Amino acid sequence: MSGKTLYDKLWESHLVKNQDDGTSLIYIDLHFLHEVTSPQAFEGLRIAGRRPWRADANMATPDHNVPTTTDERSRGVEGIIDPVSKIQVKSLDSNCLEFGIDEFEIDDPRHGIVHVIGPEQGRTLPGMTIVCGDSHTSTHGALGALAHGIGTSEVEHVLATQCLVQKKAKNMLVSVNGQLKPGITAKDVVLAIIGHIGTAGGTGYTIEFGGDAIRSLSVEGRMTVCNMAIEAGARAGIVAVDEKTIDYVKGRPFAPKGELWNQAEAAWRALVSDEGAEFDAVVNLEAADIVPQVSWGTSPEMVAPVNGYVPNPADLTNESKRNNYQQALKYMGLEAGTAIKDIMLDRVFIGSCTNSRIEDLRAAAAVVKGRKVADNIKEALVVPGSGLVKAQAELEGLDKIFTEAGLQWREPGCSMCLAMNADQLGEGEHCASTSNRNFEGRQGFGGRTHLVSPAMAAAAAVHGHFVDVREIEL
Amino acid sequence: MKKFISEDGLVLPLDRSNVDTDYIIPKQFLKSIKRTGFGKNLFDEARYLDKGLPDADCSDRPINPDFVMNQARYAGVSILLARENFGCGSSREHAPWALDDYGFRCVIAPSYADIFFNNCVKNGILLIVLEENIIEKLFADTFQNEGYRLAVDLPSQTITTPDGEKIPFEIEDSRKNILLNGLDDISMTLQNEQDIQGFEASWKQKSPWLFSRIN
Repeated sequence: MSGKTLYDKLWESHLVKNQDDGTSLIYIDLHFLHEVTSPQAFEGLRIAGRRPWRADANMATPDHNVPTTTDERSRGVEGIIDPVSKIQVKSLDSNCLEFGIDEFEIDDPRHGIVHVIGPEQGRTLPGMTIVCGDSHTSTHGALGALAHGIGTSEVEHVLATQCLVQKKAKNMLVSVNGQLKPGITAKDVVLAIIGHIGTAGGTGYTIEFGGDAIRSLSVEGRMTVCNMAIEAGARAGIVAVDEKTIDYVKGRPFAPKGELWNQAEAAWRALVSDEGAEFDAVVNLEAADIVPQVSWGTSPEMVAPVNGYVPNPADLTNESKRNNYQQALKYMGLEAGTAIKDIMLDRVFIGSCTNSRIEDLRAAAAVVKGRKVADNIKEALVVPGSGLVKAQAELEGLDKIFTEAGLQWREPGCSMCLAMNADQLGEGEHCASTSNRNFEGRQGFGGRTHLVSPAMAAAAAVHGHFVDVREIEL
Repeated sequence: MKKFISEDGLVLPLDRSNVDTDYIIPKQFLKSIKRTGFGKNLFDEARYLDKGLPDADCSDRPINPDFVMNQARYAGVSILLARENFGCGSSREHAPWALDDYGFRCVIAPSYADIFFNNCVKNGILLIVLEENIIEKLFADTFQNEGYRLAVDLPSQTITTPDGEKIPFEIEDSRKNILLNGLDDISMTLQNEQDIQGFEASWKQKSPWLFSRIN
């Protein structure tokens, strides 16, 4: 008999029952909530007179919509200037109070982006099933949990039943073999993967990321990779548990302690795909081939090496893809054949659930240290992923390095990744961004996003255009 | 939940692949705490020439004449013809809410993103998957024939074209049942209350750390 994949194991351990119609009921261990996709779900509970099945399996925080300026944040929820945003954040507060759900409110020192604070607090544990009304819930898969985004109706369903009705996905293994070259980060790895398999390459699959290069990443780096599984179409990305996973979780505020820790640790060590487990699809990439990546278009699959060029749609034989490329170039205001390094930038954004953890900020700070933001950059934002990341960075003096170089040091939140708050691109502006989506209008009406790693974004801030971070002396 | 049984309606051809949910409904409209009223901002950035603001009156905003949905011949559409990987990106259910609010009852495309697919079923919107070559022909026919309509019938799983051709489509039994009967899936799941409680009890024994709050 062939072995089981990690996804098979996580699925089977949470299977409540297979139903006659071919769907399955899957038990959910942990549900994160934020202000944008939950109000209609709470309203649904109220209308139906339902209560949460298990309130303690939920945790909430406002992140999408919160301002990041110190001025607004110093006054808590009342400091939010945008009245519509304020109502939404207050609704989360009152809903959590009404339904008995733990919330890290906007002025809690542990507040932050939900996908940053879950692992940081030890709420995210290996072997869990985790959902949230946000597609980047895949981030938590880095700890060997089965985690994916859901819609608001499903948020209500999980609140009311602790379960989801699901069909099992197929198994895909993306193996990044060998060792990464110096200067290559988790972000470059995942952008290269998406460039390779395409934005729908993982649709219908759960992707397990494996291979030596993935194993050699820190747990934070693995979060960056799993975070963007959804940009390859896969709802969930996972990485098998190893020593790094165990070490990461140990001692975190909500992690098990004492005898419970011993039991948990023993169970978690089995959270790997068995030898000989069969995957429905296997993709191999050579780590040594991966160089710093920059997205040039309006889909995360539209990436090029920093030393490369904007592609020419005329070179494509597939008509639909050619149209796609043409639309993208038009929107981005770019000519085919332009060197990536010649793309001039207006803004820089370092943050988001993809890249706002302490290692990301350290990498960016190392590049800008002792340097200045280029004159053509109108604004460069650094937005830490959580209050604790911010505090740690300040302890290490990173905030000073950023502000002395001319970058702005902000309060935690999703910020310009989706630009629901005031942090937005202007029309036609190009931005080097450490976020996850370069869709049209994503970072602001008419804004043009280029996805890169934190180090690459920092280097772009200093030079005003893209440069190969490997050529910068650190 | 809203039922879907059949729809005989005008077709809107949206000739663009990888349409993401940011494109369907931009983020600034997600500040609403309601489920309704998103239709006027469906495809907002493509549809209008200015930047859309929440709660703005859209009736006097400048329209983008090049956007297909703004052409007079497509007034009153209820079936959306789209390209591959429709609905990718953000999990926002505001995307199906916006489609529904505008009047779309059905989408026809070669493929969809997973989360969007689930979100549509929860809102009584039928998503039909057809082969690329059939989609290609439907695009050509829609562009060429003003007033092009399709009649979608879920019980028989067929689409009937204006010249009487019948195109069959597949759908999982579970989804078909939910759509035809407008079932509330929370109530359906709660019929399994004892199974869920039973699972929970054994899971708690196996993984007690998941049930023991530290803080």
